[in-house]
Amino acid sequence: MKTFRIGGVHPEENKLSAGKKIEVMDLPKQAIFPLSQHIGAPAVPCVAKGALVKVGTKIADAGGFVSAPIHSSVSGKVAKIDTVIDASGYRKPAIIIDVEGDEWEPNIDRSTNIVHDTPLEPKEIVARVQEAGIVGMGGACFPAHVKLSPRTPVDVVIINAVECEPYLTADHSLMMEKPEEILIGVNLIMKAVGVKKAYIAIENNKPDAIALMQEKAKGFVGIEVCPLRVKYPQGGEKQLIDAVVSRQVPNPPALPADVGAIVQNVGTAFAIYEAVMKNKPLFERVVTVTGKSVAEPKNLLTRMGTPMSLLIEKAGGMPEDTGKVIGGGPMMGKALLNTDVPVCKGSSGILLMTEKESLRGEAQPCIRCSKCVTVCPMGLEPYLLQKLAEHADWERAEAEQIMTCIECGSCQFTCPAHRPLLDWIRMGKGTVGGIIRARAAKS
Amino acid sequence: MNVILVAVIALGVLGLILAAVLFLIAKKFAVEEDPRIAQVAEVLPQANCGGCGFPGCGGFAEACVKAAREGSLEGKLCPVGGQPVMEKVAEILGMTAEADEQRVAVVRCNGTCANRPRTVQYDGVRTCRIAHNTAGGETGCFFGSLGCGDCVTACPFDAIHMNPETGLPEVDETKCTACGACTKACPRNIIELRPMGKKGRRMVVRCVNKEKGPVAKKACAAACIGCGKCVKTCEFEAITLENNLAYIDPTKCRLCRKCEEACPQGSILAMNFPPRKPKAEAPVAPKADAAAPAVEPVQVVIPTVETAPKEASESPSL
Repeated sequence: MKTFRIGGVHPEENKLSAGKKIEVMDLPKQAIFPLSQHIGAPAVPCVAKGALVKVGTKIADAGGFVSAPIHSSVSGKVAKIDTVIDASGYRKPAIIIDVEGDEWEPNIDRSTNIVHDTPLEPKEIVARVQEAGIVGMGGACFPAHVKLSPRTPVDVVIINAVECEPYLTADHSLMMEKPEEILIGVNLIMKAVGVKKAYIAIENNKPDAIALMQEKAKGFVGIEVCPLRVKYPQGGEKQLIDAVVSRQVPNPPALPADVGAIVQNVGTAFAIYEAVMKNKPLFERVVTVTGKSVAEPKNLLTRMGTPMSLLIEKAGGMPEDTGKVIGGGPMMGKALLNTDVPVCKGSSGILLMTEKESLRGEAQPCIRCSKCVTVCPMGLEPYLLQKLAEHADWERAEAEQIMTCIECGSCQFTCPAHRPLLDWIRMGKGTVGGIIRARAAKS
Repeated sequence: MNVILVAVIALGVLGLILAAVLFLIAKKFAVEEDPRIAQVAEVLPQANCGGCGFPGCGGFAEACVKAAREGSLEGKLCPVGGQPVMEKVAEILGMTAEADEQRVAVVRCNGTCANRPRTVQYDGVRTCRIAHNTAGGETGCFFGSLGCGDCVTACPFDAIHMNPETGLPEVDETKCTACGACTKACPRNIIELRPMGKKGRRMVVRCVNKEKGPVAKKACAAACIGCGKCVKTCEFEAITLENNLAYIDPTKCRLCRKCEEACPQGSILAMNFPPRKPKAEAPVAPKADAAAPAVEPVQVVIPTVETAPKEASESPSL
């Protein structure tokens, strides 16, 4: 069975909410929409305080090409435009809407029947995707229309349904319930970039999803399901391209499109289907609420802007022994400062870790076992990068390709001395990135 | 016997030839170094802190000599040695040293454990740089001290320490040389180099929170809420209000202490002033001020009605 070549780890899978039906989350009383839910320029509000909005009304315009508009997920009145603490742990500007009723924009097709064909041209599809504010739903939140307008010719589309993060099952449940829609979405992506071949990459810990997608894919030309061996971080763009079509993306600033591949998340494919065929902008997504001591781990179809505390309540409330609340999966997710953080376009899950699980081991000196080097999927030397970042040797860190790090955390996960490798590398990456940008601006 | 003789002679001749070659090369390619560089380096404190902006004391000496050749020592200051050392340097180079005011590092945060309750726990690496990158910090204030002590590690003169009671760094003014290492180490720009002021007296807004009033106040009891009362009170236009945060310009401040009284949050601190007389004796205050030279910066403060309790605990250390 296929997988990527170098490195990788296999953490305990803990897919507690696997096989659970997607439940529809109740509407919140107040919805919060941070203006920077994506990579790139923050969105610019286009509604004022007191404005009445419906479900699907655009409330913020894209702030540039690499940016995405934001649509309201609720109907009601704009209460204020203020700053709130978002998943980054800092206060960021956001639009806050008081919910009144549930009135949708009339042009959104709310019926459940599946639309198969569209007369739209590729350019029009991309424009629709851009207008619907769709971003990569796997967590990185890269605006989808940018990926659909590659600079170099592309010959293959890879749909990322790997969900290699432990605990998370949002993509899995979506595939089980909306296979047909996803496949139409994949077709739309293929049409938009003019590609004849698409692979749907699924790890083989989801045999039911593989079987279902294979069955449904028979009705589509050029779409093939590609089962992969379970290994983290297979959902990383570069790892996935390596695993599925055996092509290696060069170091930054090269992009996957430079090797003729485009990767989109399975959730993004579904969002593209809804945007193009149903005229529905991106304002809801499936969020997994899970954790070992959570009463009922669930997959919830949630409107954006819902505070995470409501989702936790729906899953049986916050267990008493909770030590950490993580937005995203356990490997790449980020601990939240409070549970009022709203669900955003990239919120794939909420993980409640028990106090015992969340404690870090005491860091000890490096014993030169080189396990971190073995597991690094980018072929880096994490122990060295950590030291270089700690001692602020930025020139050498750049020479050792610190910018290639994808921050998957495999090194730290595997380190027997519990060294905080990724903490330092991430900090170093930020600093070196700043130095590189400053140099580019100078010349 | 013959063999040894041949070897000795051969090696001896070879040695002589090579010595001659080395001698000639040394003469021909000799690098002329200004002897004043070594002389200047000798009077420098040899702390190699880099506070002057040059790579160590040697680098600074070289820069001074180069600047002297160009005609002026302007902008060259050894923060460790200060004015006396610069005068010596100027003497060697036959110039006059520009008078530069002595400066000192000031921590602009009063988010003590009592003022700023902890809302979350940070369990990552105890380094401000990483804590700052990770999230807003352990308290509700995203601008104040992170308390991991990067400034303490950075200080080459052992002049800054964490106070375990307040969780904040404190500057030892007798040791601080204003080299600026702590200001560079702090990811939140809390530490500022300010002029020492007459007898070490200066007025400082001890807050860098740019949040709106209610948000800042909720996060920290001692936060500047940007109310602007100090700006209105100041007769010398020394205080500016930007981004909900007051800033006192040390060059304009006349140390009248009126802003300190006006501040409802107690965020303005008067440093190294003699204690105030209780209110009843207010009329004689000018006299007390005139007599001030005799009074050393005092450690114990007699509590006055509004501001004293906070000052009492903090002024000695800062």
